[in-house]
Amino acid sequence: MQMPKRSWAAGLAVALASVGTPAFAEGPAPVKIAVPVFLSGPAVGAFGEPSKNAADLVIKAMNAGELPPPYNQKGLAGAPIEEKLVDEAGSTATVVTEFKNLVERDKVDVVVGYVSSASCVALAPVADELQVLTVIYACGTSRLFDDGSYKYVFRVSSSQTSDDVAAAHYLLAKYPDTKSFSGINPNYSWGQDNWRDFMLSMKALLPNAAVDKELFPKPFVGEFGAEISTLLAAGSPIIHSSLWGGDLETFVLQATARGLTEHSRLVLTVGEQILARQGKNVPDGSIIGGRGRHGMLATGNAVNQWFLANYKKQFNTAPNFPAYHMLSSLLGLKAAWEKAAAAKGGARPTTDEVAAAFTGLTFETAGGPVRMARGKGHQGIEEVAIGTYAYDKKTDQPTMHDLVTYPAECVNPPEGMTSADWLKQGMPGAKC
Amino acid sequence: MVGLAILVDGLIYASWLFIVAIGLTLIFGVMRVLNFAHGSLYAFGAYSSATAIGLYFDHGRPVVFGFLVMIAAALAVGFVIGLLLERLLLRRFFDKDEIVTALVTYAAFLILEDVLRLIWGAQGLVAPQPYRAVGMVTIGGLAVGVYDLMLVGLAIVLALAAWYSIQRTRFGRMLIAVLYDREAAAAFGINVTKVYLITFLIGSMLGALGGAVTAPRISVSPGIGVEVIVIAFAVIAIGGMSSIGGALTGALIVGFARALAVHLAPTLDLFVVYVVMTIVLVFRPYGLWGSAVTRKI
Repeated sequence: MQMPKRSWAAGLAVALASVGTPAFAEGPAPVKIAVPVFLSGPAVGAFGEPSKNAADLVIKAMNAGELPPPYNQKGLAGAPIEEKLVDEAGSTATVVTEFKNLVERDKVDVVVGYVSSASCVALAPVADELQVLTVIYACGTSRLFDDGSYKYVFRVSSSQTSDDVAAAHYLLAKYPDTKSFSGINPNYSWGQDNWRDFMLSMKALLPNAAVDKELFPKPFVGEFGAEISTLLAAGSPIIHSSLWGGDLETFVLQATARGLTEHSRLVLTVGEQILARQGKNVPDGSIIGGRGRHGMLATGNAVNQWFLANYKKQFNTAPNFPAYHMLSSLLGLKAAWEKAAAAKGGARPTTDEVAAAFTGLTFETAGGPVRMARGKGHQGIEEVAIGTYAYDKKTDQPTMHDLVTYPAECVNPPEGMTSADWLKQGMPGAKC
Repeated sequence: MVGLAILVDGLIYASWLFIVAIGLTLIFGVMRVLNFAHGSLYAFGAYSSATAIGLYFDHGRPVVFGFLVMIAAALAVGFVIGLLLERLLLRRFFDKDEIVTALVTYAAFLILEDVLRLIWGAQGLVAPQPYRAVGMVTIGGLAVGVYDLMLVGLAIVLALAAWYSIQRTRFGRMLIAVLYDREAAAAFGINVTKVYLITFLIGSMLGALGGAVTAPRISVSPGIGVEVIVIAFAVIAIGGMSSIGGALTGALIVGFARALAVHLAPTLDLFVVYVVMTIVLVFRPYGLWGSAVTRKI
C-alpha cells in the first residue's frame, strides 16, 4: 500500500529530528557564547588557532559533562552552550562594531575572547554599556583595570605586570650580579608596557643594573638585523623580550645564527608559546615565562591532566598559554554561572547575577587557583612560574629546570594600586 | 663599531628591500598595474621555499643543491600563479583604469591569502638550515651572517641582470617601447600582449624569489605578505614607480634610514621610512627617478 506523500514527509521530519538529538533536547535554553579570536592575520598561528582549538574542545566537553570535578556538570548549570566563533582581526573600530553586532544582532549571552590589548581597552566600556557579560581571555595590558572600572567585564588571566615582575625576581635569585640589561619589545602598547614594568621591577630589585639598549621594532616586519647588531655591540648579559608568535621565532632564529645568545641570556616572558613547536631553535639557558602557570609550567592537577591529554589527542600538539587562557576563562565563566544558578535553586541566572557571582570568585584552573582579587573583583590573579630552558637532544623534547613559582601576591599589585604606581614605589605590600 | 654596523645593516636591509621590490617595479613600469598580489607571490615563494628546505635538508643532502632547490621551488610557484593571474584575471582589465586593475590585484591578494592558509595551515614554518649552514663572519668586530651578505650579492646580480636585459637585449628594447607608449609599440608590430605576459611572469617569479630567499631567516607565518607590500610600495614610491634604478635608490635610502634609526634613535624606527617617503614626495611627487606621465583622456 502506498502511504500518502504527507505522511512520508511527516515521518521523515520526525526521523531527522530525532537523529543526533543533543542530550539537552528537552532541557534549558542554550547559552550563546561568542568566542572572538584571531582567525586570520599574523596572530592566528600563535594565538588564534590554539585558542579556537581550546574553545572547541572545552565547550564540547562541558556540554557532555566530561570535565573533571568540580566542572563536571553538563553545560552551564545544565544549559547547553552554543559556541559562535568570530574573527577578532581588523581595526579597533571594526572590532567594536563586530562586538555590537554580536550583542544586538546575534543576541549572544556571553562573550569570551579578545587578545589584542587595544581591542580590550576599546570594547570594555561598550560591554558595560550593552550590559553583556564579557570575559577577556588573553589580552595582557594592565591598563584594562588600572584605567577603568566595569560591571560586566572580567579578565581571568593576570596582566603582563606579573610576567615582568616574576622575571626580575628570577634574575635576582639566579643572577644577582647582573650589571646591565637591554630590551627588545614590539612597538605597541603590549611591548611598551612590558618593558616599562620590567625596567621598574629591575630598578626595585636590582638597582645597580643599568639599562643598555631599549629597542622597539615594528611588529610583524620579520627583520631584526639592525637590532641584533645593536645588541651585539651593547654586550648586555641579559636581554628582555616580550616578542611573540612569528616575531619571537624570527628573532630567536636570527639571534642564535649571529651568536647573540652566546654572550647574552634571553629573558622571554612569553617564550612558552613557541616551545612545543620550535623548542630545538630556542637557545639553552633562556629564561622562559608563560603568562602564569601554563604549558610546561603548569601544575599536575586534574584539570591540567585532562586538558593536556585531550588537547594532544585531538590536535596532535601540546597546548600553549593562549589555549590555557581560553580554558581558564571558560572555567571561570562556568564556576560563576553555576554559583549564580545554585543561589537560585538551579534556575537560569540573569547576567547581573552571574556578574555578581563572578566578582571576587576563586576557582581552580590548570595553573592552580585563580582569585578575582583586583579590579574590584573583576581581575584575576594567579601564581606565575618561570624557569630556565634546555632542549634535551636525547629525547628530542623541550625541558625546563630551576623552576620557581611566585605567589600571586608577590607579582601583582594590591587592589587599588595601578601597576605603574606599585612598581615605582618599589612594590609595597608584595608577599613573596 | 656603530658606524660600521649602520653601514652593514643598512646595506643588507637595502638589498633585501630591492630583491622584494624589483618585481613590483617591473610590473608597474611596463604594465601600469599596481600589483597588490605581489605580497601573496612573496608569501607563496616563502612557504614553497620553506617546505622545499624541510624536505631536502631533512635527508642530509649537500647544502649547495639545497639553495637551488629552494629557489627553484619558489620560481615554479611564482610562474604558475603569475600565469594564472595574468591569463585568467588581469588580461581582462588591461584596457580599464589603473584603479580598477589595482582593485582586482587586491582582491586576488585577499583570495590568495586564504588559499595559502588552506594549503599550509595557520602555524608558521621555520626552515633555518641554509641560514645556519653558511655560518657567520666577523667584520670589524661585528658578527654578520654569511647568508645576509649573500643577499647583498644577489641584489647586485639582479640589478645588473635587470640593467643588461633592459638596455642590451631585444626584449628589453621592446619593453621600453611598451613602457613609453603601448599603442605606438603595437603599431610598430610589437606583440604587446606577449610582452605583458612575459613581464608579469618575470615580476611574479621575482616576487616569489624574494620570499624564497627570506624564508630561511624568518618564521614563515600568515600575514607576511601584508607587511612586505607596505614596505615595497614605500620603496618604489621613493625611487620612482617605473624605474629599476629608482627601486634600487629607494631601497638604499630606506635601508640606511632604518639602520640609522635603530642604532641611534630606536623610537623613530616605527615611522622613519614613511617620514623619508613623505619628504621625498613633497619635493619629488613622482619619486626621485620618476617623471610626470601624460595622461590620455
